[in-house]
Amino acid sequence: MATRQTASLARLMRAPAIILLLIWMIVPLGMTLYYSFLNYNLLNPAGTSWAGWFNYRYFYTDPAFFDAIRNTLVLVLGVLVITVVGGIAIALLIDKPIWGQGIVRILIISPFFVMPPVAALIWKNMIMHPSYGVFADLAQVLGMQPVDWFAQFPLTSIIVIVAWQWLPFATLILLTSLQSLDGEQMEAAEMDGASALSRFIHLTLPHMARAITVVILIQTIFLLGIYAEILVTTNGGPGNASTNLTYLIYRAARLNFDIGGAAAGGIIAVILANLVAIFLMRAVGKNLD
Amino acid sequence: MARAVSSRAKVGYTVAAWIVALLIFFPILYTIITSLKSEQEAIAGFDLIPSFTLESFRAVQTQNDYWKPFTNSVILSLGSTLLALIVAIPAAWAMAFSPTKRTKDILMWMLSTKMMPAVAVLVPIYLIFLRTGLMDTRIGLTVMLMLINLPIVVWMLYTYFREIPGEILEAARMDGATLRDEIVHVLTPMAVPGIASTLLLNVILAWNEAFWTIQLTTTNAAPLSAFIASFSSPQGLFWAKLSAASVLAIAPILILGWFSQKQLVRGLTFGAVK
Repeated sequence: MATRQTASLARLMRAPAIILLLIWMIVPLGMTLYYSFLNYNLLNPAGTSWAGWFNYRYFYTDPAFFDAIRNTLVLVLGVLVITVVGGIAIALLIDKPIWGQGIVRILIISPFFVMPPVAALIWKNMIMHPSYGVFADLAQVLGMQPVDWFAQFPLTSIIVIVAWQWLPFATLILLTSLQSLDGEQMEAAEMDGASALSRFIHLTLPHMARAITVVILIQTIFLLGIYAEILVTTNGGPGNASTNLTYLIYRAARLNFDIGGAAAGGIIAVILANLVAIFLMRAVGKNLD
Repeated sequence: MARAVSSRAKVGYTVAAWIVALLIFFPILYTIITSLKSEQEAIAGFDLIPSFTLESFRAVQTQNDYWKPFTNSVILSLGSTLLALIVAIPAAWAMAFSPTKRTKDILMWMLSTKMMPAVAVLVPIYLIFLRTGLMDTRIGLTVMLMLINLPIVVWMLYTYFREIPGEILEAARMDGATLRDEIVHVLTPMAVPGIASTLLLNVILAWNEAFWTIQLTTTNAAPLSAFIASFSSPQGLFWAKLSAASVLAIAPILILGWFSQKQLVRGLTFGAVK
């Protein structure tokens, strides 16, 4: 129905957003790609030279790189398992008729709105601190030795913090999906004598499949970029025990001033994120038609 | 009714749900409690009853110049969101009301820019900010936050605009409404709720952003996320003061967040779950 006039107006209205995002996408990424082939250190900018594939080789043969990849995967998978399983369980629970459902929802969703540095500091100082934290108090009551969480289990501790932040998100999305479940179908299954477990496996779970996929993919995008939680708690240590890829690249760029190396790491991060993104785009794209 | 639940079962579900909810909320609750304690109380061991002193809040404000990062957070989150809306509203509008064959591709491509890991462009952005004098300025960071959230803003607006029925426009045109009438009297009133939801969610996202705010600020433009991150060393703040600073940093957004649960689901799943 669009006349030629409205069509050109529409083009004009779309243009600023498209051009901005185009620049935002191409310019920095192009620069990263360029820098990744340079010997470029901010401490010695005069010594900048063409490096070829050196930065990639250097990154690839550095044991810290493999630690970082492993930690990234453990962090992402650990948080995903906790949030998806926990999210399904909690969503099923608060979907039941309960008193004070509104308040329960508010309490459960709250951690998602806590900014990452605050979340990390709360857990580091209030909860997991070896002498003043709640866990230490609890250990004392139970007659156990308090645990120095960030020294002994650095990656696990970070997984706990991040899972706490994202559990509300998973719960909320899965609850939303659960609430659109057809009640009559459920009733019919119940009258036919299907057990609660088989109703869950054959009706509820397939219904939530799409929401679960979306939760997994969206969280993965954000979890690959976990940064502030590591900065505030362990600084990636001890050693590289809690360094993920994001933190490794940050360290190369900001602490070692190694522009070329950090850029090569950045390109690797892009490739990793793209693998995930392709799946997400497919899942979301279906909804457009 | 077959689905009626006995009141005993309801009591059971209620108790279980409240236990889970309180456990999840506990770290926040305990931080609020600790912020109302004195420093001695705060490290004296587990205690849920504070002395309700406000000394930590006063100390944070006088010693650490709390209002500066707070003001920065307000300016950055509102500024970047408004800037994004100015660019995104026309774009989402055009895509929703006069879609072309490529509209879907453009939307997917916009979404794909959101997938780019921030750290991948850390090097160029950092260098650009250093060389152009944008480092530690509010304007630089506002533009950054705007660009980061622009795809989500366009998407959210698009999904809202798309729900406005097209027949209303046709009816208005039949009644002789001009394009201007259409926009001012028909579409805008219907679009306002969607725009408000988008604004709300984006203020939250921008307020809590903690990668670029830490990378691109030092003192002048540092918002609360960067300010709080600077207390990572234990000497930085004492327990009660740290809690007070944390409570002040999260309280505004926590309250906004409670009002935006629905929009959150929609916005962060790009309309895939409603």
